[in-house]
Amino acid sequence: MSALVLRAGRVSARLDRRALVAMAVLAVVGLGLALLGLCHGARMATPSQVLLALVGRGDSVVVIRDWRLPRVAAGLVFGAALGVAGALFQNLTRNPLGSPDVIGLDAGAYTGALIAITVLSAAPTQLAVSSVIGGLATAAVIYALSLRSGLSSMRLIVIGIAVNATLTAVNTWIVLRAELEVAMAATGWSAGSLNGVDWAEVRLPFAIIAVLLVVLAARAPAVQQAALGDSLAVTSGVDLGRLRLLMMLVGVAATATVTAVAGPIVFIALAAPQIGRRLAGAPGVPLLPAALTGAVLLLAADIAAQMLLAPISLPVGVVTTAIGGCYLIWLLAREVGRP
Amino acid sequence: MTARLTARELTLGYGDRVISTRLSVDIPDRAFTAVVGPNACGKSTLLRAFVRLLGPAAGTVALDGRDIASYRPRSYARAVGFLPQDLVAPESITVHQLVRRGRFPHQSLLSTWSARDEEAVAAAMAASEVADLADRPVATLSGGQRQRVWIAMALAQQTDHLLLDEPTSFLDITHQYQLLALLARLRDEGRTIVAVLHDINQACRFADHVVAMKDGRIVAEGACAEVVDATLMQEVFDLPSIVVPDPVTGTPMVVPTIGAPSPAPGVPRRAW
Ligand SMILES: Nc1ncnc2c1ncn2[C@@H]1O[C@H](COP(=O)(O)OP(=O)(O)OP(=O)(O)O)[C@@H](O)[C@H]1O
Ligand SMILES: [Mg+2]
Repeated sequence: MSALVLRAGRVSARLDRRALVAMAVLAVVGLGLALLGLCHGARMATPSQVLLALVGRGDSVVVIRDWRLPRVAAGLVFGAALGVAGALFQNLTRNPLGSPDVIGLDAGAYTGALIAITVLSAAPTQLAVSSVIGGLATAAVIYALSLRSGLSSMRLIVIGIAVNATLTAVNTWIVLRAELEVAMAATGWSAGSLNGVDWAEVRLPFAIIAVLLVVLAARAPAVQQAALGDSLAVTSGVDLGRLRLLMMLVGVAATATVTAVAGPIVFIALAAPQIGRRLAGAPGVPLLPAALTGAVLLLAADIAAQMLLAPISLPVGVVTTAIGGCYLIWLLAREVGRP
Repeated sequence: MTARLTARELTLGYGDRVISTRLSVDIPDRAFTAVVGPNACGKSTLLRAFVRLLGPAAGTVALDGRDIASYRPRSYARAVGFLPQDLVAPESITVHQLVRRGRFPHQSLLSTWSARDEEAVAAAMAASEVADLADRPVATLSGGQRQRVWIAMALAQQTDHLLLDEPTSFLDITHQYQLLALLARLRDEGRTIVAVLHDINQACRFADHVVAMKDGRIVAEGACAEVVDATLMQEVFDLPSIVVPDPVTGTPMVVPTIGAPSPAPGVPRRAW
């Protein structure tokens, strides 16, 4: 059988070869893109200059390590966080359309962030906390509105899309009412952007995302088991109620953390889990391929956003929206075209 | 008769809709119990209460004298396994991947795949004859093949108690008898089997104990030879029949008289 079984003392794991190859390829592509991202800029650097700068040698250390690296790292980490959040919600709703960006969690988190900026003092912790609160409140509203029909229903998706539209309007209204300075900052950000991200901004979000991913990694087999359906999940030992709560909290927190720094970057959460699933040839919507695909997608989109109209750097959200829009059309056409 | 799995004074239902009230039943240990009864009488509902898919509105289900709600999910899943009635496999999962999922309650954070898991999966796939389908996607199998894959998954869980809801559905006649013989063999090895069966004759041939249900109540319970007769069939299923000894095993064999050209011996003709 096409699988590898690893054993070391009492530790053992079984890995499918196809998934393993796919994930190795994704990791290599991600590293290649990271190198490209570090080379690219107003002054192109050669790969050897980049590697030297990373170890603190050469004359472009500041440019590469302090300016370009945080942006590249943010592309990878935030992409992974969005991919995982998408996979979690697609698992919860059992629907490829049920991702946080489609059902309005990004928009809700962004509302929280905007309130933090306009009303509070917009310290990084305040931003993160109020984004998470915004995302959770949105999730609670959607859940309450679709309670009667259950988690895995098209009704939840439709309600989510409506909530998303409403919140987007609210966000526009908040920006319009805000003082000019705030409004200008928020507008560049409202499409989702990694322009000008620095280490000070990403330190806390990276730490939060790392904790979320570690917590989730321990429960990843249970997430896979839950894909068997409620009956078999429960009778094979999954604590479904607690697992669902954890998945929801991690998904919302990951989305909100990214949104607090980069604004609502849409379509990564929608597309990455499905692309990752196909690449890995895995059943259900697995988490690790979604994370790797999300990282590669967001970083690639951010590099494209910097290159398309260079020297002007587009918000990465513009690129993800363009690519993601095509994907959404294809997805809808396929779902509708199904017999 | 000893029983590790017991239900006392259960009230079962969905929302406001009550299916069973004050239902008590003991599952005889290391025996094969068949649950029989007409459609919608509450057989699946009772089984769901035993596997914690449905919490009773009143009463308790206990394993070894302890309320099953107080067990940790994995430890209960190592003791009691279940094969539900209607199942859908995740998209693109293969037979081997699915059967492996049966090992979930035996795995831990560090050891996600051990040699024991491998053996259990191989044995389960051999027992339900799906070993040669191992790499096929479940979605491409026939209904009967798929049912055997689900059974393999339940077997791979290696529980002392195995509850199966209509395990013979979708199977051809040979595979039905082979499955029942397999369940009887598991019983001989010391497992406790509970199966919802629609074929009374199969139930009588293979099961040690029969629980007959109607409208959410248990109408009769006991060894097949003692409880299954024409009166019971009339009462539970509203079916006119004669009961004769099974020529192979001597156990009761129900022969319905519907469709008989003239009044069947011993049964008054009814105006249908
Ligand atoms: N999820 C549910 N919500 C509401 N009512 C339900 C639900 N599941 C079952 N019922 C009702 O409970 C009653 C008992 O159903 P159950 O599934 O236990 O029957 P059963 O004896 O297993 O029948 P069958 O032989 O057809 O499988 C039926 O009247 C059914 O309509
Ligand atoms: Mg049933």
